[in-house]
Amino acid sequence: MSVSPDAVSPPRRSLLDRLGPRWAVLLLGAAVVLAILSTVRLITDSQALTSSGTAAAALRLAVPIGLAGLGGLYSERAGVVNIGLEGMMILGTWFGGWAGFEFGVWWGVAFGVLGGALGGLLHSIATVNFGVDHIVSGVAINILAAGVTRFLSVVVLTDLPGGGATQSPSVTGDIGSASVPVLAGGDIFGWRSPDVLGAIEDSGVFFFADLAGLLRGVLGGLSWLAVIALALVPFTWWFLWRTPIGLRLRSVGENPYAAESLGVRVYTMKHLGVIVSGALAGLGGVFLVVESAGIYKEGQTAGRGFIGLAAMIFGNWKPTGTAMGAGVFGFADALQLRSNDAVHGLLLFIALLAALGVFGFLIRRRLTPAGIMALMGGGFLLWFLQTDSVPNEFIAMTPYVVTLLVLAFATQRLRMPAADGLQYRKGESG
Amino acid sequence: MSKWRRLLLVNLTAPVAALVFAFAVSSIALLISGNSPITAFARMWEFGTRLDSIVSMVNKAVPLYLSALAVAIGFKMGLFNIGVEGQYRLAAVVAAAAGAAVTLPAPLHILLIIAVAMAVGGVWSGIAGLLKVTRGVHEVISTIMLNFIAFNLGAYLFSNYFRERAEEGGAGVQIPKTPEIPESGRFPSLNPLVEAFGFELRPGLSLQGFVIIAIIVGILYWLVVNRTRFGFDLRASGINAPAAQASGVNAKRMVVRAMVLSGAVAGLVGLSPLLGFFYRYTLDFETGLGFTGIAVALLGRNHPAGMALGALLFGFLSRSSQILDLEGIPPEVVVIVQGVVVLSVVVAYEVVERMVRRQEARAASQVMGDQPQGPAPAEAAT
Amino acid sequence: MTDSAPAIELQGITKRFPGVIANEDVTLDIRRGEVHAIVGENGAGKSTLMKILYGMQPPDEGTIRLDGAEVEFRSPKDAIAAGIGMVHQHFMLAEQLTVLENVILGSEPTTGPRIDLRQARRRIQELGDRYGMDVDPDVLLEELEVGQRQRVEIIKVLFRGAEILILDEPTAVLVPQEVEELFKNIRELTEQGETVVFISHKLDEVLEIADRITVMRQGRTVATVAPDEVTSRELAELMVGSELPTPDTRQTQAGEHVVLSLEGATVREGPRTTLDAVDLTLREGEIVGVAGVEGNGQAVLIDVILGLKELAEGRVRYGDQDITDWATRRRREAGIAYIPEDRHHEGLLLPQPLWENTFLGHQTDPELTRGQWLRPDAARRRTETIIQRYDVRTPGVDVAAHALSGGNQQKYIIGREMVAEPALLIAAHPTRGIDVGAQAAVWDLIRQARDDGLAVLLVSADLDELIGLSDRLSVILRGRLVAELDPSVVTPEELGAHMTGAAVEDSP
Repeated sequence: MSVSPDAVSPPRRSLLDRLGPRWAVLLLGAAVVLAILSTVRLITDSQALTSSGTAAAALRLAVPIGLAGLGGLYSERAGVVNIGLEGMMILGTWFGGWAGFEFGVWWGVAFGVLGGALGGLLHSIATVNFGVDHIVSGVAINILAAGVTRFLSVVVLTDLPGGGATQSPSVTGDIGSASVPVLAGGDIFGWRSPDVLGAIEDSGVFFFADLAGLLRGVLGGLSWLAVIALALVPFTWWFLWRTPIGLRLRSVGENPYAAESLGVRVYTMKHLGVIVSGALAGLGGVFLVVESAGIYKEGQTAGRGFIGLAAMIFGNWKPTGTAMGAGVFGFADALQLRSNDAVHGLLLFIALLAALGVFGFLIRRRLTPAGIMALMGGGFLLWFLQTDSVPNEFIAMTPYVVTLLVLAFATQRLRMPAADGLQYRKGESG
Repeated sequence: MSKWRRLLLVNLTAPVAALVFAFAVSSIALLISGNSPITAFARMWEFGTRLDSIVSMVNKAVPLYLSALAVAIGFKMGLFNIGVEGQYRLAAVVAAAAGAAVTLPAPLHILLIIAVAMAVGGVWSGIAGLLKVTRGVHEVISTIMLNFIAFNLGAYLFSNYFRERAEEGGAGVQIPKTPEIPESGRFPSLNPLVEAFGFELRPGLSLQGFVIIAIIVGILYWLVVNRTRFGFDLRASGINAPAAQASGVNAKRMVVRAMVLSGAVAGLVGLSPLLGFFYRYTLDFETGLGFTGIAVALLGRNHPAGMALGALLFGFLSRSSQILDLEGIPPEVVVIVQGVVVLSVVVAYEVVERMVRRQEARAASQVMGDQPQGPAPAEAAT
Repeated sequence: MTDSAPAIELQGITKRFPGVIANEDVTLDIRRGEVHAIVGENGAGKSTLMKILYGMQPPDEGTIRLDGAEVEFRSPKDAIAAGIGMVHQHFMLAEQLTVLENVILGSEPTTGPRIDLRQARRRIQELGDRYGMDVDPDVLLEELEVGQRQRVEIIKVLFRGAEILILDEPTAVLVPQEVEELFKNIRELTEQGETVVFISHKLDEVLEIADRITVMRQGRTVATVAPDEVTSRELAELMVGSELPTPDTRQTQAGEHVVLSLEGATVREGPRTTLDAVDLTLREGEIVGVAGVEGNGQAVLIDVILGLKELAEGRVRYGDQDITDWATRRRREAGIAYIPEDRHHEGLLLPQPLWENTFLGHQTDPELTRGQWLRPDAARRRTETIIQRYDVRTPGVDVAAHALSGGNQQKYIIGREMVAEPALLIAAHPTRGIDVGAQAAVWDLIRQARDDGLAVLLVSADLDELIGLSDRLSVILRGRLVAELDPSVVTPEELGAHMTGAAVEDSP
């Protein structure tokens, strides 16, 4: 890749602009991707690729990642790098599991959020007030959270019926879920409405069945906690980009001294960002407890805090991007759980995507990247043809490889907050 | 002499304060959970200072120390190698397979295994270095990603290529493991040395010979960092990158070298249990040493002696806590000590450093009769 | 507007920092609707005074009155509420926020919980129309030029309803056309009844724009004058005390031997050409000064000589060798010494003891190292020598570099470079930010270096320093060397005209 960024961006931007407004381009892109997925499904006959079951599983797996990612977003937008997301998530799982058993599921949610927020508070005091390096503090919090929860488990959970040194008893009560009526067969006042999307999905028609399947997975049997998580995405955008506090929080991550000079309370904003960050990571943890396992289990987070961080970077420090990143990672995860055939089909999918990319580069007469892309696509095609399955380990590492690739090849397009990770001391500007 | 005073002030006050604080916090935790902290700590001390425990403490400290050294090499140049965890685990599994695959005369065999482990760690860490200098990817993020890739890659290699096949390992269900490393590839224990001093070790317990490697690496680390041009360039780049560049340091090359070196040392982390105890890589091979290594490096402030003390402390805590189970006290309390001490020690260093700096500036300005021009500490640190 | 009380009245303001008195018994009155300039050397206390006036630092003694009423500012917020706004020398703007966001930050108009974007946009438009400052509110700040950014800063202040604007060294970063534009804006502002406090050390600008001028020296206000009452020379004398300490020397003894030469040196950074076909020759025993408004390529020029930036075209020759492709280290080994512009940034390892700093830039000096090994004892000995020979006042060689004063740090750096017996010395702003006593010492040291036969490249923003020290003077403008002048005849005014490009435009 010896192409200079300056030569690349202007024509690309204008090409997109010519296509229409941003949302239309996004929609078109999504449709193209779905069409390719559908093609792959028909070729490989792996229905799981776009089934509603896969979509539902993808959502369930994506939500904790997305919540951690959103958490990272609040913190980093306020200029504090948060490697401690994993630890805060762990706190969320423990407190969620314990309170969920003791007082019921919603109390579990509340305590999990609080537990995560507590981790956030610790991180913000260390980094903001004491000027400790953000990474150092984050690492310390991860270690501390693991230690505290283990101790608490031994002290508290072992005495509970069904609890143990590494797990809690089952959470009591149910979060409850809903399906959208008519579209996904939800109830209206006790009347079971038709399941329109389900019917379309079953038809197996190119494109439409896939669209219906994915939509139905997301719209049917939706846990209220997932609804909250989904709602947090537009809310975060609105809060950070449309409210005064949001603007101030972001300004602190971009140039704290400028913010200070305008009377913005920098420390307060940073504390706010990091505590909210912890709370969201905690909520992500609770989701794992309540929706996936039904109990707290040690090691339940399995690095999801870090994947959340990856999703945030993938999403260019933006809420929608973060959600998309979480969605992609969740989807890969779900496929791995549900069907190796479908995962194998993904290889073809990537090859087809690459073919599209080659085409795109060729139109713009950019031969080198087209060549590289063609080579890559050919590799995946070969892989697809030569094998029958993809090792699970490769799926598991996908999010990380993707993030590394994005970081390595799209750095010019990534915009992290300008003062992210920098030390700020009050009154030290010029 | 003022130099020594400063050294003592910063390097002892802070960790001692942090330790006191950590023990206070865990005492509170113990009290709340209905246990007596005094009994707990007294039993730990009593048990932890027995000969068997001390040997076990040293054994536990060796990998932690190596891990801390690996982290510290990065720290010295302002690089944060969070990837020690992935580097040592990948290195350990590959080295275990390589060690079992060949038979060589004893010292050569061990050397080969060590070389393989260091190469794997160095290459893996070097990827992060290369990504940083060629693509501007921050090493914290890339090493985190590389960690997870390493875990999965290691697992893939293990289950598809390295794992001992059933027909070779005998019948029955057993945990997956690599074939055993032959005698010539094992690191001799230091038991003869212990016995030469007239001590008797419980059967099955041995003082790991790898402690010698750890000591050598620690001394080398000190020499290289403090007494060589490379070490000076490394530190200069960490303290003030633009100044280092203006002084003729090739920044990019330095980043890659530091990362490779750090990863190579990380490759050694898993070898002590591998070559001295298990002789094979199994699915329950010890994890988390890389992250704990970061804690030890922070505790010891990247100083070889400080980190040695830190590693021994962590080793002591995890060994001596084993007795608590017998008392009905959760041994996990030491994890709290470890967690709290890490966070509080960085805060304490920061606070003490600021105090000392202020004092120094005052002392210097008395000599010179004018105002010091150093920027605030936070600025100087970047 | 015939109010008897002045808009701002400062009385007996004193501010001490550990070891120095930044402001002492400062008295100042600023009338409504005037442009009031505050001039003084670097370190004369202008910035501290303005920080006090803007509520960033509380005074130790003294009172501030606004329209006759005493006030006390605890934070900039109080000052803003009182109608005072500050345009900082280093812009206080966030690159990745839009113009609108930068402007409204901290005093956002709202509807309910939301920012009222429509109102904000309208008000920015109105302000732009009223004062002739046109900026698109919806672009990201990073897309703006320097002059436009300054306009955003001013709009930002006006948006908060400021009636008194403090402009801190506003022209330091501007090119001449932008300065003209700024002055037009300032006149527009005062015509509309705003009061402007204009801080500067550029006397010609002050004489052009100000209604009254207050001179500060060593933390005190020494006089307030009208521009038509004084000449630039008189003003300068007020600034520095009785007479100008002109660093006069001049016995040119340049040898024939060419130490360094640049031939068509060109550097491109992204789309911009930051160094444009520069030819430059330095002979032994001469000081060549490079004058220019900051940011016109001086730093790039230095980087090129040190090998920190790659040339797109051209060659660098050192003695009779072509060193274009040499790495920095090799160049330093060959005898290129460097006194950096920013000591903290490029010259010192602040937390390390002095003796370790002695290695910096001399890591391969055979006297300090043996092969790969450092020789601490040798470094200590050399540091002792530096301390003695260059009069560095420090408790010892073990003290950390950050504990020294700026002047002593600078003397130490010069000493470190000189004891290594280089052939070429690059000195960038060698007296910036150090006290007057040390300044003279530094000048002497540079002169001494020249007399010892070194070739010296002196980059400075201090015109008197340049004229006083240099044997030859080149002017750099937009990355190009645009004029070569004889320092024995050139006046600061002429030099200034060349630096801003005015001289070229004047000539037919």
